Amino acid sequence: MNILTTSNIEKRFANHLALDDVSVTVPEGSIYGLLGPNGAGKTTLIRIVNQITGPDKGQVEFMGRPIKADDIYSIGYLPEERGLYKKMKVGEHALYLARLKGLSRNDALKKLKYWFERMEIQGWWDKKIEELSKGMAQKIQFVVTVIHEPKLLIFDEPFSGFDPINANLIKNEILDLKKNGATVIFSTHNMGSVEEMCDHITLINKSKNILSGPIDKVRLDYGSNVFELAFKGQVDEVTIALDGNYEVVSHKEDAGIVKAQVKVHQFSTDNRLLKQVIPVAEVVGFKQVVPSMNDIFIQVVQEYNKAHGHK
Amino acid sequence: MKKILLVIEREFLTRVRKKSFIIMTVLTPILFAGLMVVPALIATMEDKNERHIAVVDDTGIFEGKIPETEYLKFSFLEDVDVDDLKETFHESNYYAVLYIGKMVATSPDAVVLYSNKQPSIDITSHISSALKNEIESQKLLAYDIENLDEILSSIKTSVRVRTVKWTKDGEAKESSTELAMGMAYILSFLVYMLIFLFGTQVMRGVIEEKSSRIVEVIVSSVKPFQLMMGKILGIAAVSLVQIVLWIVLTFGLVTAASTLLLSSGSDKMSQETVTSLMEQQGASQVVPAEVADNSFVNELMTALSNVNFVLIIGGFIFFFIGGYLLYAAMFAAVGSAVDNEADTQQLVMPITIPLILAIIVMVSGLRSPDGSISFWFSMIPFTSPIVMITRLPYGVPTWELILSGSLLIITFIAITWLAGKIYRTGILLYGKKHTWAEMWKWIRYSS
Repeated sequence: MNILTTSNIEKRFANHLALDDVSVTVPEGSIYGLLGPNGAGKTTLIRIVNQITGPDKGQVEFMGRPIKADDIYSIGYLPEERGLYKKMKVGEHALYLARLKGLSRNDALKKLKYWFERMEIQGWWDKKIEELSKGMAQKIQFVVTVIHEPKLLIFDEPFSGFDPINANLIKNEILDLKKNGATVIFSTHNMGSVEEMCDHITLINKSKNILSGPIDKVRLDYGSNVFELAFKGQVDEVTIALDGNYEVVSHKEDAGIVKAQVKVHQFSTDNRLLKQVIPVAEVVGFKQVVPSMNDIFIQVVQEYNKAHGHK
Repeated sequence: MKKILLVIEREFLTRVRKKSFIIMTVLTPILFAGLMVVPALIATMEDKNERHIAVVDDTGIFEGKIPETEYLKFSFLEDVDVDDLKETFHESNYYAVLYIGKMVATSPDAVVLYSNKQPSIDITSHISSALKNEIESQKLLAYDIENLDEILSSIKTSVRVRTVKWTKDGEAKESSTELAMGMAYILSFLVYMLIFLFGTQVMRGVIEEKSSRIVEVIVSSVKPFQLMMGKILGIAAVSLVQIVLWIVLTFGLVTAASTLLLSSGSDKMSQETVTSLMEQQGASQVVPAEVADNSFVNELMTALSNVNFVLIIGGFIFFFIGGYLLYAAMFAAVGSAVDNEADTQQLVMPITIPLILAIIVMVSGLRSPDGSISFWFSMIPFTSPIVMITRLPYGVPTWELILSGSLLIITFIAITWLAGKIYRTGILLYGKKHTWAEMWKWIRYSS
């Protein structure tokens, strides 16, 4: 089942189109990466899902029906621009935000106690927010985002401002939330964490959804034309043996084994490549090269911008 | 609705708990009470030291003509030169030396008071009025008019205009123009200051939320309009609590101070001060000043008891809250359009102009509370909170109050609605200072 579907969303501001016919489908229980260059429209889409602004056109469906005002109690949102009231105490601030999410005072206290212990921040309850470091404040923000056990969690750049240890802690918390049945949408520029965590991605560029799908499929799709061939033998011989459909892009030799990147101009499903190599060299390894999300991101965005006459 | 209450609660509690709130709440009544009690206190304390003034009178006609008071004595010295006194002054016990030159009747510069300190204005005015009276009566005497004294005392008159209001039911109520004017002035100025004080608090609160980046966290659980209204209403509650505390504390302090400081044996003293003051003013002539003065005080007391305090306090609170809500919404809109307080000045200008205009009209309204300027500005919602309060102590027809009040309510609802639209867009935009023209565009966005 899909927990969230946006269909044909359009949003226009005074002099630019922030979202143009954007549709995304977020399967329940997945971690969904929302990628795209700065200013592409990710935050606008997230704000529409959170009902902070409304779309000019298009629908948002939550749990299979049009989204309602009350659904914000089932969503937890950690914005990219996040802060806290500096003069408030940690405890009362967390309590305030938890109650705004619909928890009763007692429930909120109980859950905050659990989370403060879990994050090992019990001692901060009576501190003022302004006494906290940025990373400490981020922990509080994370706690109040998940405190009401929402079905859908939306994190905008969740790792910015964390040191590697705390970033890892948050990453594990997010994976835990997924394990417990929550769906997570997260928007980030950190492609490493996308590869590591996401099941699905959508790439938004220039207000449009230009690439969507399960991450493995996306990576394989973009990796289908490069193979890594490891063999014992001479590179020159292999190069000569290959016909015009194949091209050795680069190679390196290590302890007698040559690893060559072979580009395929016209993809075919038969083993033509191997057939041509086997007579001249001893093949020890052969695999399709799956490009990193980083490479895909750059490639797709650049191709799109070129094709549409943008810089 | 539950959430707006949560926002109100937070806005209220964080402000009321602040040290600055507590200090303001305590210090302001002390200041007010001080302003009321200290002058009275000074009046009872002043000039308790007996002061002797040596008089060198070249004309020889003023001896015994300058009335002495309990604390001010004059000794006329004969055959002494002022220059000689200068040498010995520091060893003498004299407070000052008064020199009256020969030309006193024609030249105003002929009288000099020498002292090693700056003599108080009471002393100099006492001397000058005594000399003036004496010279005038000497001059009159020179005309050789018969029965001059009787003529003089019979022409001495004192005129005070009492004001009595005729109500519709044919009742006659003692009123006081001075009292009405004083109340009108204080109350309308208070409304002006409080609207500014609490309106800018709303603006600062909005800027704080924006600059601390909390706002997007909050608006994912609360509608921006609810957040704005919660802030405005929370601060309104703070203002009401503060005003009530100010009134209660001021009254308490004044009562406490006056019983403590003034009653303990000073009834006699203050009585003495009054009589001595009257002696100074009345000089030698017997004037029915005491009677006149008492009747004025009585009149003021009757007028005070005739003031409709329910109407005035009710009107004050209604027009203050109405005006506050109207302006707070605009201040919130400005706060949403900037990233820091330094950028607000230009945007705040259009908001402050009507307030300042209202204060200007208020001053003229004190003189003609029923004039057409006062009338129209007490109807226009942007100025009515101040101008209507100016008119209120003088008495305002009920229909005018209802019309003005309704216009104020309708306008603040409309303005709050518009401000909400600006706010909704503004709070999520960073990095740029926006103009009123852009804010006008935001109003037209769909939600």
